[in-house]
Amino acid sequence: MSNIKYIIGSFADPDELMDGIDKLQANNISIYDCFTPMPIHGIEAKLGVKPSRLPIAAFCFGLLGGTLGFSLLYYTMTYDWPMNIGGKPALPLPDFVPVTFECTILITALGMVATFFYRNHLFPGRAPRVMDLRATDDRFIIAIDANDNVDHEKIEGLLKEAGAVEVKYNERKYVSYE
Amino acid sequence: MSSHNESILREPLVTGKDITYAKVTDDILLPVENKPNKAWWIGFIMAALGALLWVVSVGYTFWTGIGAWGLNKTVGWAWDITDFVWWVGIGHAGTLISAVLLLFRQNWRNSINRSAEAMTIFAVICAATYVVAHMGRPWLAYWIFPLPNQFGSLWVNFNSPLVWDAFAISTYFTVSLVFWYCGLLPDIASVRDRAAGLKRRIYSILSFGWNGSVKTWQRFEIVSLILAGISTPLVLSVHTIVSMDFATSVIPGWHTTIFPPYFVAGAIFSGFAMVQTLLLVMRKVLNFENYITMFHIESMNKIIMVTGSIVGIAYLTELFIAWYSGSEYEMYAFANRIAGPYAWAYWAMMTCNVISPQLFWFKKIRTSIPISWVLSIVVNIGMWFERFVIIVTSLHRDYIPSSWAMFYPTWTDVGVFVGSIGVFFTLFLLFLRFLPGIAIAEVKLLLKSASLQQKTKLVKEGHLDPEQVAFFRDSLSKYDSVSEEDIKELETK
Repeated sequence: MSNIKYIIGSFADPDELMDGIDKLQANNISIYDCFTPMPIHGIEAKLGVKPSRLPIAAFCFGLLGGTLGFSLLYYTMTYDWPMNIGGKPALPLPDFVPVTFECTILITALGMVATFFYRNHLFPGRAPRVMDLRATDDRFIIAIDANDNVDHEKIEGLLKEAGAVEVKYNERKYVSYE
Repeated sequence: MSSHNESILREPLVTGKDITYAKVTDDILLPVENKPNKAWWIGFIMAALGALLWVVSVGYTFWTGIGAWGLNKTVGWAWDITDFVWWVGIGHAGTLISAVLLLFRQNWRNSINRSAEAMTIFAVICAATYVVAHMGRPWLAYWIFPLPNQFGSLWVNFNSPLVWDAFAISTYFTVSLVFWYCGLLPDIASVRDRAAGLKRRIYSILSFGWNGSVKTWQRFEIVSLILAGISTPLVLSVHTIVSMDFATSVIPGWHTTIFPPYFVAGAIFSGFAMVQTLLLVMRKVLNFENYITMFHIESMNKIIMVTGSIVGIAYLTELFIAWYSGSEYEMYAFANRIAGPYAWAYWAMMTCNVISPQLFWFKKIRTSIPISWVLSIVVNIGMWFERFVIIVTSLHRDYIPSSWAMFYPTWTDVGVFVGSIGVFFTLFLLFLRFLPGIAIAEVKLLLKSASLQQKTKLVKEGHLDPEQVAFFRDSLSKYDSVSEEDIKELETK
């Protein structure tokens, strides 16, 4: 029994998965994580996952991008080497709008996505931390830490009752990719 | 989810029987996991030959300079910028589908956004090649960017829309690529977890280690939403800036304030036409009829009709304002378009862009696959002529009649253009071969709400207004992927 690290409840239907989460929570069984082939709306609230702060990050990157873009324009056109181009002023603010805007968008997008990748440890070549290979295909997975929740038979019963098609006892946390 | 069912009045977005989550994955990954069929090879060989022509033509241009093109001292911009604007315009539909339709919660975008975004990226690549090629000395293309330099620390002129364009196009390309690739991650993970050996290793690297945990999906959705939010003004800004390449000049026929909205509408118009051209073939060849349904085709035709009408109004407004301005040069530019030596191009543009999309008022035409396909190509021909008319007819009759000239393309002009279509299709076919052509995860989202299967189940359960069910049944008759029996099943007793 002690070799088992995680109990995997595998569902064929997202609503049954939600039912499974309810049943486990009603019995004070903590859920490690869920893995699904598509986003399940409302699951974060159920699992008590806090709302993402990525929008704040995106806003900050936007401010940074706008500032950098405008600074570049101001430095080159007004401060470093002001030129008389067709009699236009050295600080042509309306002409600065497009490039400032593009820089804002570029830095927002790149910064936000980089933050997303950083927070979720996504990068090319990372070994996938996958607990069940079908979680990206047609199975909705609830993973339960087997050491924290000792009554394994009860867990299996609850999962089956909610409609799990399969309950697995994994001795390794992740499916090996070697 | 099933806690609230979608209204029966809404037409299904996924048809077919016994569609399960597994079947969605199997169907969409079929072309990725198997050897390509004959149709793919024929298309690929033809496209690759086109790409070869492009390499030769562009190579020749680089070797001899842009004198290889039919340009002369009066007409300094012709097919190069025509093709550039044409490709950038085509690119716009991808972002519109992936971003604007996401903001408007149009679920039908789920099954077409992936290939439309891919189309955007490849179209912008094609467009960018013209920007580089038309500079004449492509090895100095980086001079467009503000780099500290040894030539006297002269910075680029940020008053110039051409510089804005460099920023707009590169930002647009980067953001579209990031948006597209983020959306691909879960689907690449699906391929990875079903593959073995080397294929698994490669897709594993490409998948960035995606595992579909709750937190990943939560952040993924936020990222998609914000990317959509910032891509929407971005896509509008890109074609606005492209139009300013012309509109801020003082050439009669270019110097118009109507250009930004007119160009953006035209871009969406041509882009949707190109999406239609591609998807109608793709759904047939790759058997995606259950995912890209008649509803999608009809919706896109409606957008083509609306944007085509906006473009038509813009043409008429231009004519009116040219007359109303009282400016001799402005009036002459338009009289010359209508009845000058390039009148054939002008009337080709008018016919293809103003008259042909109006045919989509008829439901029979809107829901006919062969006619939609032909019209989508007609629209793209028309939009190419639009840019040709704007660029060449405004330039070829200069202020001084002694410098009036005609533009005649050389084989290099033709080769670069036809070749770029080859490059585009080569990239698109490679994309269909190696990456899922439909967003698998997003189609799975529709399965329990907007599929015919789910709606049939609801009807069978009863409790629905028979009048609404009858309406739903009637709406199915246009679907080529729904059989008579499927509709019969919906008869209420």
